[in-house]
Order: sequence, then C-alpha cells, then structure tokens
Amino acid sequence: MANIVGPQQGTVESPPKRWPTAKRMGRFNRWDTPWLNSRLIAGLFIITLILLLGVLGRLFWDTKLAFTGSSPQFLPPVGFTDSLTGNVGTWEHPLGTEASGRDMLALLIVGAPNTFLVGVIASAVGEGVGIILGFSAGYLGGKVDAVIRVLADVSITIPSLLVLIVIQSIFRQVELTTIALLISLFAWPQPTRHIRAQVLSMRESGYVQMAKVSGASTFDIMFREIMPNLIPYLFASFIGNAASAILNAVTLEVLGLGPQRVPTLGGVISYAIQGSALLANMWWWWGFPTLVLAIMFIGLLLVNLGFDEIANPRMRQSSV
Amino acid sequence: MRGITLSYFLQRLGIFFLTIWIAGTVIWIIPHLAPGDPAAAIVSRMSSQGGTVENSDKIIAGFKERFGLNDSLPVQYIRYLGNIVHLDFGYSMANFPASVSDIIGLALPWTLGLLSIAAIIYFLLGNFLGAIMAWDRTPRLVKWLIPVGLIFTSLPSILSALFLAYVFAFLLNWFPLEFAYDANIQPGLTPQFIGSVIQHGILPAMSIILVSFGAWTIGMRGMMITVEGEDYMHLARAKGLNPLYMLYRYSIRNAILPQITAFAITIGTLVSGQLLVEYVFSYQGMGLVIATAILNQDYPVIEGASFILIFMTALAVLILDLIYPLIDPRISYGSR
Repeated sequence: MANIVGPQQGTVESPPKRWPTAKRMGRFNRWDTPWLNSRLIAGLFIITLILLLGVLGRLFWDTKLAFTGSSPQFLPPVGFTDSLTGNVGTWEHPLGTEASGRDMLALLIVGAPNTFLVGVIASAVGEGVGIILGFSAGYLGGKVDAVIRVLADVSITIPSLLVLIVIQSIFRQVELTTIALLISLFAWPQPTRHIRAQVLSMRESGYVQMAKVSGASTFDIMFREIMPNLIPYLFASFIGNAASAILNAVTLEVLGLGPQRVPTLGGVISYAIQGSALLANMWWWWGFPTLVLAIMFIGLLLVNLGFDEIANPRMRQSSV
Repeated sequence: MRGITLSYFLQRLGIFFLTIWIAGTVIWIIPHLAPGDPAAAIVSRMSSQGGTVENSDKIIAGFKERFGLNDSLPVQYIRYLGNIVHLDFGYSMANFPASVSDIIGLALPWTLGLLSIAAIIYFLLGNFLGAIMAWDRTPRLVKWLIPVGLIFTSLPSILSALFLAYVFAFLLNWFPLEFAYDANIQPGLTPQFIGSVIQHGILPAMSIILVSFGAWTIGMRGMMITVEGEDYMHLARAKGLNPLYMLYRYSIRNAILPQITAFAITIGTLVSGQLLVEYVFSYQGMGLVIATAILNQDYPVIEGASFILIFMTALAVLILDLIYPLIDPRISYGSR
C-alpha cells in the first residue's frame, strides 16, 4: 500500500520547538489560512462592487433610462463639454448619454450584471460537465478516458467563438440564457482536461486506496473522497472559465449577435463602434463599458490567482 | 528514436480531421435542433428584403437548392459536408457576383500576416519576461516593473484596441486610426506601401500583444522555478558556468517546452481575439469580413469565413504538433 502522506489538518496547541520554520511563518495562527490571501480578497471585493452596482443601482437610479430615446442625445458626463455639439454634462445624466438617447449610468447598471450572468451560467454548466467527464476520465481510465481525452483535446482547439458566430447569426433574436447555454457548449473541455490531470495524480494516493479497501463505491470515491480535496482547484477553474465565457459573450455582443432586447456591456460597445464614437470623440460612450469590463476581468483574474494560491501551496511563497 | 513516426503523424492527422468535422457538425446541427427551419428563416428574411436586393430570386433559388430544403436531413448533412470539403460556400448575398471564396481570398493574407507577427512577438516577449522574472540576477527594478505590465493580462483585446485607438490614433495622432494601408498608395512592393502597411499594423498588433504576453510571462516564470530546482542546475552552478549561458542553455531551453504545447491550445482563442481588433481598426482581414457580413446579414460569408478560420486553426495546431518532436529530442513517439 502507498504511503499516506498528507497535510495534518488538526489544531496543534503548542508547536514543538524543532519546527522553527512553522513558527516563523505563524502557521498556527487562526487567521493565517490560505483562504484569506490578499488576491482572493481583493478580487472578491472588486466582483462584489460590480454586482452591487447592479443591485443598489436599480434602487437609486431609474433603469428605464436605459431605453432608447429616454434622455437627450450626445450629453457628455458631468464636468465635460462635448467638442462637436457643445453640450454640457448635467447631474441628471452623470455619465452622459449616447447617440440614441440612452443614459450611460442606467446602461451600466443593467448591462454589467447581464454580461456577468451570461459568463457565470455558461461557466457553471461547463464546469459541471467538466467535473463529470474529468472525474470519469481520470478515475475510471481505460476506454472512457481515451474517448473523453480525444474529445476534449479536439474541442479545445476549435475556436469556439467562430462556431458561436455562425450559430448566432442564424438565431439572431436570443435570450440571455440561450446565449449562456450556447457558450457553455465550449466551456467544458478546459475543466475536463485540468480535472482529469488532478484526479490522475490523486488516484494512487493513500486515502483513495484506503477507501477502496473499505469497500467504498466508485461514485463515493470520486465525489465524496477525491472531490472535496479539489474544491479550491474547482473554484479556480470555475472562475477562469467564467472569464473566458464572458469574453466570448462580450465578443458576440460587440459583433451585434448578443441579446437585442436587454442592454449588455458588449452591446453598448457595439453601438458605440457602429456610431463612430471614436471619431466623434464620445469617449464616455465606449469608455465606461470598457472600464467596467476591465475592472470585472481584473477582479476575476485576482480571484483566480487567489484560489490558485490555495490549491497550489508552492505558489504561496512567490510574490508576483 | 528521434523525429516523427508514421503512427504519430497519422494520429495527429486524424485529430486534425476530427476537429474540422466536429466544428462543422456543431455548426450544422445546432440550428437544426432548434424549433423552426433555419434555412427557411434566412430565405424568408431575404425574401422580405427582396425588393431591394438585386438578383434576389436567383440567390434565393440558389440558396434553396444549396440548403436542399426538400431533401431529408441526412442527405442535407452529407451535401453540407461535401460543400465544406470543396470549400464551396456559394455567393455573397451583400456583394452578389463575388463568391465567398473570392472575398476570403482577399482578406485571409492580412489576417494571417497580422496574427502571426503578433503571436511571434507576444510569445517571445512573454517568455523572455517570464524567464528574467525568475532569474536571480535580474535587477530588482525590472522584477518590480514586469508585474505592473501584467495588469493587462487576460483582458479582452477589444479593450486594448479601443484604448490604443483612442490614445495613439485619435488623441495623439501618431498612428492611423483605420484600414490596413493608406488608400492613396497603390498596393505593390514599393517602400511606401510596405511602410504604410507597417504603420497601419502597429496598433492592431499592439492591441493583441498587450493583452496576450502576460499569460506567457506567468507560465514561463512558473516553469523556470521548477527547472531551477533541478540537479543539473546545481551542477552547472558548481562548475561555474557563465550565468547568461546557463540562463539560455540550461533554464530557458528546458522551461520553454511546455509553453510550446500550451501555445498550440491557445491558437483558437488568439484567432477569436483578433476578430474584434480588426473590427475596431477597420483592418481588412477576416474579422472585418465577418463583422461586416453580420451587419449585412450575409450568411454565406459568415459561414465560409468562420469555417476557413476554424480550418486554419486546426492546420496551425497540426503543424505545431508535427514540429514539436523535432524541438524536444527527449520525446519520441510510437515505436518504443
């Protein structure tokens, strides 16, 4: 039987003196858990901020202003003057308005959560499929593994966006969830591959052998024994997946293939490009949605790195 | 043994065809699974605009024949696969006499050129920065500066494209905002034309590089740290080898191999990322073709251009897979 080597999770009251390193690092401090690393906290803070913009924004700001023609056109943000029209920004539309008379702040309040939601749904579905396939391939091995591995390897090299573009250009009118589900068609190969590799490395470890000897069922070993060990890892992969799903969603939206009835961040950028916002110097039109997107992606990256740090202790000493 | 064995070659070739087949099938099957007939929807959309489209009856007839609306689904599917094999995507609906392949033929070189130059630069730059980040002789200032540059990592390329276009083309006017070359210059192998192409290509290429190199820096740094712990590094240090020689021959050359494998996987994402960059800069490549076709509801062009890009991606992955055993002599495939 393999050696049982694993981290001892129990609390130790007084560490023996022959562990100077452990003492220096303060490992036995209750607050010193890898879950409290700065990147994870900063990332979650940023994501919460954006979601709060969507939730609290609806309470304090009239989201009907996101409809076409609800506001005057071409208004710059407060404190700026539009060089072409000479319009001056007012507090009634603090972030300005765009060419079809929609209030930018209302667009952001409605659009940001929509874009985020598409990514989360697509990623959750993809991650779920990835967990099932990845665990099956990694733990069962054999022909199951061979088939799943080839499928994942092949699907991962397909530029999913192009397939989505062709499909979307036929459908045109779609709901948020439909887009999310379409994107999730291509959100499973990455988690499948990664989870398979992780499960492969765990398959021979002591506790799995132990469970096998105790007569645990294959299902129990896969999802009750191995999976809890991979939780930080699964979170990291979920977040990374959500970022690429949002990227796909935004690209479709910018190309004009997103949901037409509800505002999305990419949809706003799409209108801005079509309306030559760059040449008209209407920087607020494309600038604010891009800024929110950038903040969202930086937040996701930080959360991803944070979970990586939990899942992979070797990264903890590093300082990128 | 070193190099490519026949079985490895055949296996990679099989994966190449499987990729194209799966992509093509997904494109075909999803619209057919949905309620309503997609082909009929497109034809009716065209018919509704029939008064304004020249030759519309001819296009619709061709379309109906092409989609074989009256045939059974398996027959339609096999005909579709046949068209794909011949790279026959019919005629553009927006620019009627032009066939889809003509339009693609004009745009593809621009995309391939921009994409390969950008990819080479960000791969080299990213890996170089990652390597010196992990190197113990790098000045502290550089080690501190590189993470600042990583802020752009994993942002969508549309963000960098809009940002660079606004700052460097609109505000500062250093670079042209639109098109792949100056419209007043006759295309040809003249210095002016080449200069114009380079000048117009810098911002689109920068947009791609800016958001892409960071991932390679992070990956390379991780690999370098792993390599750093190897015994041969200690031996090399004990022998007192030149640190620069060690960095290149001992660290980088070993650490970069997994990066090359990872590169093959990301080509698909790279192609997708470029679409919007071309759209923002009106760069006359495949991305602009697809974006324009979407605005014009020009379905054959969307399908053809997307499929060619999928094909090109699979081809690039195949080539990279075949080159890889030549780069890494430790790996031998097949007869062992």
